[in-house]
Amino acid sequence: MRIWLEKQLHLIDFTLASLARRKSKNIGLLAVYALLVFALASVGLFANALRSEASFVLASSPEVILQRLVAGRHDLIPPGYLEKIGRIRGVQKQEGRLWGYYYDAVVKANYTFMARPAEEIAPGSIAIGATLARLRGLAPGNVISFRAYGGKLFTFRIASLLSPDAELLSADLVLLAEADFRAFFDYPAGHYTDIALSVANPQEVRNIAGKLSQALPDSRPILREEVLRTYQSMFDWREGIMLTILAGAIFAFIILAWEKAAGLSAEERKEIGILKAIGWETGDVIRMKLWEGLLVSLAAFLIGFIAAYIHVFYCGASLLEPVLKGWSVLYPRFTLIPAVDGMQVASLAFFTIFPYCAAVLVPIWRAAITDPDSVMRA
Amino acid sequence: MKLRSSLLVLSLLGLGLALLGLLWLDASHPTDAARQQRSARQKLAERLGLTDLSLFMEARYTRHPSQADLHAALQDHPAAFEHFPSGALLPPPAVLTESHAYLAGKTTSPD
Repeated sequence: MRIWLEKQLHLIDFTLASLARRKSKNIGLLAVYALLVFALASVGLFANALRSEASFVLASSPEVILQRLVAGRHDLIPPGYLEKIGRIRGVQKQEGRLWGYYYDAVVKANYTFMARPAEEIAPGSIAIGATLARLRGLAPGNVISFRAYGGKLFTFRIASLLSPDAELLSADLVLLAEADFRAFFDYPAGHYTDIALSVANPQEVRNIAGKLSQALPDSRPILREEVLRTYQSMFDWREGIMLTILAGAIFAFIILAWEKAAGLSAEERKEIGILKAIGWETGDVIRMKLWEGLLVSLAAFLIGFIAAYIHVFYCGASLLEPVLKGWSVLYPRFTLIPAVDGMQVASLAFFTIFPYCAAVLVPIWRAAITDPDSVMRA
Repeated sequence: MKLRSSLLVLSLLGLGLALLGLLWLDASHPTDAARQQRSARQKLAERLGLTDLSLFMEARYTRHPSQADLHAALQDHPAAFEHFPSGALLPPPAVLTESHAYLAGKTTSPD
């Protein structure tokens, strides 16, 4: 065992000396390799962290949301619907919700207005998300006016700011009293935007959705599991889009690595010839090159992955932010809670380490089994 | 005594692997601040009945993708192209794109 270990250390020493002879070329390759792993790992870690955050946070969203559709479009819930739902067995609680969108021409941004009970928000005041407060330079106690769609100007006092910890959910939220909401949007009395339902037995959610569709054929129930599924597929898609954009870089790297690994330089051929002439066995040459591939690819993977982790979770994914932010005027400030998917790391490690080692081995094996004299003369 | 280059490189790689293990631990044990942040988000979602993350605010179907109606992409007129830039990053919800079940002979009302 000791002899075997000593032999491997000698092989690594020799490999490192051989790599050092083409220092600039190999450092360049390692840098590009690590950068590629960094880009792929950053996208993967970011999407995975957002996906797990969405599934944690939205697990507390309502079990069923009931919308009404008119000509395929979301429409207001008319009076009488809440009572009809109350008669369906298994529905524990039903609550008419009032919410809508408002376009603020001052900063060219859309806000989400949501009505809350009077005991939570006093009439004439509002609670706003931290992102919105930052954008408009508002603090509790300030006053802000919004021109309603009807043309009338409404003035509100900022009662409080929503927790900055929850900016990911509340960037554009404006909470106001129900009476203010109805007056501002000129909402007809007794109408609601949609209905949130609680179901006594979670196993019964699908059955209740079926009963709702039968009792109110113009309604569309949206289940919590569909909300969660939407976010799962959304981040899969986003990850896919980013990887598609990166595909060009990946292929460029594959060509570079193949060129470097598969096409042996005259110097490397000569080196193999000399090694064989002085008594090295084919197995030793292959082992040496295997160490070379393993050292380079493992180092690139470790550097790239660790840098990506620090970038995403400790530097706020600053390089990815412009892509996600797009044209958003209101974009929340949020830090992602580290989440690593073992399968994701294992596949990234496999696809970065294994192909490079394989690409190194094939031409070396071909060169190592030929006659040393012809290899040196070639 | 000068350290052998093989031992030096293997130690560095070992250090890298140990760091990878530490990152794993870091990810599986969120800090108190992270836990507090997540609980604040959960509480707000529960209190207000929120269904979506506020990442894109251009259109109702990008602000609330899970609540998008069946004609969200055609919001301006039938067969209209979906034209907001975040539409390139955001797919239609799965529920809108999955093919409908074969219903012939199963419906109670005429098709």
